[in-house]
Amino acid sequence: MSVRVQQQDFDISAEITAMRSGNPKIGAIASFVGVVRDVNDGDSVSTMTLEHYPGMTEKSIAAIIDEARGRWEVLDALVIHRVGTLKPTDQIVLVIVASTHRGDAFAACEFIMDYLKTQAPFWKKEITPQGGRWVDARVTDDKAAERWKT
Amino acid sequence: MITVLYFARLREALGTGQEQLVLPAGVSTLRGLRAHLAQRGEAWAREMAEGRNLRAAVNQTVAAADTPLADGDEVAFFPPVTGG
Repeated sequence: MSVRVQQQDFDISAEITAMRSGNPKIGAIASFVGVVRDVNDGDSVSTMTLEHYPGMTEKSIAAIIDEARGRWEVLDALVIHRVGTLKPTDQIVLVIVASTHRGDAFAACEFIMDYLKTQAPFWKKEITPQGGRWVDARVTDDKAAERWKT
Repeated sequence: MITVLYFARLREALGTGQEQLVLPAGVSTLRGLRAHLAQRGEAWAREMAEGRNLRAAVNQTVAAADTPLADGDEVAFFPPVTGG
């Protein structure tokens, strides 16, 4: 299990290869990549800057992974989240979950992403033709996390 | 002394990201600290107002308003998160 918060880009293929190597128990790997879009709330976005709370960020993501391990069989998990200034088409976040079978891998990957969106201390500021603006939290993200509580 | 951190929109609105302060007399909880900070002036009153949707953490764990505070704590105030 590992969590990385970094400015540099990541290579999903290299990360999956590293996770798979030497672990013959892994039968399924699910992954998610979040990407910067060029439009948000109707305005074009030229760049986006991600701020975070060093220390708490890593702790909160590790806690989310721990919770996923309590619910599903998770043989390994990796979360990489980028910070700093990004532009449209850049990768922002990577979640990879390895399990014995696909059901647990899919579910744990989605759970980790839904909880990360609502609990990990990151904030996005986007630059649009109107200037800089902090992105508002979305009700739909809260709802996505809520559904795991039932 | 406690350390107080402010992030994102809040950091910009208050003009500070981090400060150290002596836990004021009579302040023993997160709610009390927020009320104390709200008395500092216009921006503080607006941003720390009870109606504002703010989140907080004590020692890097999300904390509710009645969380007790002690000397040496790291307290953070921030808007709802928007990562991912």
